[in-house]
Amino acid sequence: MIVFERVSVTYADATEPVLSGVDLHVPEGELCLVVGRTGSGKSTLLGCVNGLVPHFTGGRLSGRVLVDGRDTREHRPRDLADVVGVVGQNPAGSFVADTVEDELAYTMESLGIAPDVMRRRVEDTLDLLGLTELRDRPVATLSGGQAQRVAIGAVLTAHPRVLVLDEPTSALDPGAAEDVLAAVQRLVHDLGLTVLMAEHRLERVVQYADSILWLPGGGAPVELGEPADVMRRSPIAPPVVELGRALGWSPLPLTVRAARRPAGALRDELPEAPPAVVRPAPGEVVGELDRVSVRYGAVAALRDVGLTVRAGETVALMGRNGAGKSSLLGALTGLARPAGGRVRVAGADPRELRGRALIRRVGLVPQQPADLLYGETVREECAAADRDADAPAGTASTLLARIAGDIDPDRHPRDLSEGQRLALALAIVLTSAPPLVLLDEPTRGLDYPAKARLVGALRELAADGHAIVLATHDVELAAEVSDRTVVLADGEVVADGPSRDVVLQTPLFAPQVAKILAPLPYLTVADVLSARREAS
Amino acid sequence: MAHAAASVVTIPGSGQLPRLMHPGAWWLWALCLAYAAMRTTNLLLLVEIAAAVSVVVSARRGQAPWANAYSLLLKLGLVTVAITTFLQLAIGVRAPGHVLVRLPSVPLPSWLDGLTLGGPVTGEAVINAFGAGLRLAVLIACFGAANALAHPARLVRILPAALYEVGVAIVVAMTFVPQLAESLVRLRAAQRLRGRPITGIRGLRGIAVPVLEEALERAIGLAASMDSRGYGRRTQQPVGVRRASAAALLLGLGGALVGTYQVISGGDRHGLGVALLVAGPVVALVGGLAAGRRGRRTRYRPDAWRAAEWAVVACGAVVVLGYAFGAAGTPATGVPLAWPKLELVPFLATLVAALPAFVTPPVPGAVAVRPALAVAA
Repeated sequence: MIVFERVSVTYADATEPVLSGVDLHVPEGELCLVVGRTGSGKSTLLGCVNGLVPHFTGGRLSGRVLVDGRDTREHRPRDLADVVGVVGQNPAGSFVADTVEDELAYTMESLGIAPDVMRRRVEDTLDLLGLTELRDRPVATLSGGQAQRVAIGAVLTAHPRVLVLDEPTSALDPGAAEDVLAAVQRLVHDLGLTVLMAEHRLERVVQYADSILWLPGGGAPVELGEPADVMRRSPIAPPVVELGRALGWSPLPLTVRAARRPAGALRDELPEAPPAVVRPAPGEVVGELDRVSVRYGAVAALRDVGLTVRAGETVALMGRNGAGKSSLLGALTGLARPAGGRVRVAGADPRELRGRALIRRVGLVPQQPADLLYGETVREECAAADRDADAPAGTASTLLARIAGDIDPDRHPRDLSEGQRLALALAIVLTSAPPLVLLDEPTRGLDYPAKARLVGALRELAADGHAIVLATHDVELAAEVSDRTVVLADGEVVADGPSRDVVLQTPLFAPQVAKILAPLPYLTVADVLSARREAS
Repeated sequence: MAHAAASVVTIPGSGQLPRLMHPGAWWLWALCLAYAAMRTTNLLLLVEIAAAVSVVVSARRGQAPWANAYSLLLKLGLVTVAITTFLQLAIGVRAPGHVLVRLPSVPLPSWLDGLTLGGPVTGEAVINAFGAGLRLAVLIACFGAANALAHPARLVRILPAALYEVGVAIVVAMTFVPQLAESLVRLRAAQRLRGRPITGIRGLRGIAVPVLEEALERAIGLAASMDSRGYGRRTQQPVGVRRASAAALLLGLGGALVGTYQVISGGDRHGLGVALLVAGPVVALVGGLAAGRRGRRTRYRPDAWRAAEWAVVACGAVVVLGYAFGAAGTPATGVPLAWPKLELVPFLATLVAALPAFVTPPVPGAVAVRPALAVAA
């Protein structure tokens, strides 16, 4: 269905090709997962399938890409719209119409499909993706998961043979991600659609894949193979695979279910609980919410929430999209005005703080770290941060080097990778050494190596006595770094306690290792390995 | 109170099945009211037009977020009134008449012929400025009403294929406004988080550049999405036909523009203006239809034009007739310094303009309380 013949892509201003000599054949009806580090050319490869590369992006493509027998050299993206459906990283930004129903019909209108056929297909698609209740909704009011499903539906109505998805679940909470993946799964089974999907969060998707395309990046040849084969060697792997590899399980399990069988013996040999991690006792209170409510118009985002954060603590804030996580962080930074209750940050009301007084008490890395950045170069950005915080020159760049290693100081912040940009934003926030550091969805778009670096940096911060609150959907990250988990639902705190207890009680927020070893309270691969070493 | 009202007052238009009206009907109706506002100098009538528009909007606006923009536009209208009046007081052509106050006068260079800074302020000047401002505000209200009742995106769907590209550009531009507002809020918050000033020149620079960068990125993303979804896919047509249809389109729209000016300016070529206003769109439409044959687009669930749409347009037509023949004086003659008289024919015609609040089918999904409240209020 999709054929690449010696495809190389070089962008206009680049010296090195992004892809070189890619040979590839994805047969019809397969769900093929594209795996690779940030910058390995995943998005470029996906863009080649419908001709956006190079027709839209510019650059030079040599070799040949055939989709359903059509050559992308002769067919522009619009001529392939009936064969390939593409859903980009930011589905909400791709909407053309203003209501869900019109959005679903848009592609068909462009293709000139007869009105009665259009009507039938829209109804079919509404059912297929569970969008019936949303049909009259303006697209601007959809949640992340809903927007993703509408965007998939909007390309499906044209009855394409190929569906290309770029990070379909990275912005979604675990529940919404499962909805989207179940919908994709059904398309592959019922319609025989060929799906090409790139995703960083392998723990969510690897079980659905029929094959994995591994992009090593840096000009090395790509590899297409059975998921188990590729995962055996891939440096990027979900926890279940890491556990299986570390313990030498064969066949290598890719799903929690497959791993539970060989895990029986492991459960017998592991002690009742992992060795307790010695953490310094939490210090003084640095952030406090006392019966705080926040509302936006008629919608209550927080209802009478009470929360105390102490120095040295790392708190994971979890809950579905729209549960009030961002509002809670907003209340702590004074961005959201409480409708009731009292907020204290290092002894002061954040609403009344400005400038240095604020950034010396609390710092927030927003969901899009780029919001904090507006310098022309990394160097300029760091110098500005030093000035803003009245810190000795070089403070920010030293912090940056500690978090992210060497970054060329003359690069533009927008040209950095997702992980580097996050590191830069974090370094800027830390320049004023606030006792309370908040992070909103820090792992969005991060690959496993970048995530591992973030985990290291957060642990160091906690050891230095910073209090950290991170709002996240990433259960694996929360399991790695947090010692306390707070679960929000509908603006209320529904669980607050040691991460180990909270996470084990809620299957949706449990990391893979916990599911494999339940009822034993292990959360991470490192937990298991160190306990095993001690036991033997 | 609200519940009591809801239970007593029957929902207007409840005899009809809820559906969205054809957007063309609402825009034509709003255009008719805008014409009325341009024709009259009577302050009472201007206020009455705004009231009629507001009644219809509160009863029949859609569920979408942009429908709430109406109240914002009304406020913008009030600001317009204040600004025009103030400007007329400070600088302006000094109309002769009853002097209210004498402001200290500053002589201006002779090439600014007729303009003065300060000087005597006459009652005529003030009331004229106020009237002009009010007229502008009512026009804004008419536009806001059409926008709230039928989003321009839905209007674009009924455009002939030749205007389709232009239409999409307009829709995309309109969706960018709320998104831009959203980025502004987010980036201001980010400025604050960095301990930066969020006001003043420095604050502005820190926000403006990232907002523009983001808008650009979003535009590119949207263009990629539209391209992959078949936008601009159509059969080719001979160059001659394409050029001819484009020329007809431009000519027609240009004619309509000139016609509008003639009508608004209230000069003696009013008849010519009306003729151009009718002929222009016809020429444009013919050009559009000729070009439209090349488009292979189809339309999903086209809006129906039924009795209610005719009724709305008829209400608009009554207003136009009422003002064309019943209104005394045109904006060109100026507003006399006297209490506005009640002009019976336009007054009744404007009442008719509020009828669509009752004769049209309710908006789907609207809670029953809302239209009832609008009537109770």
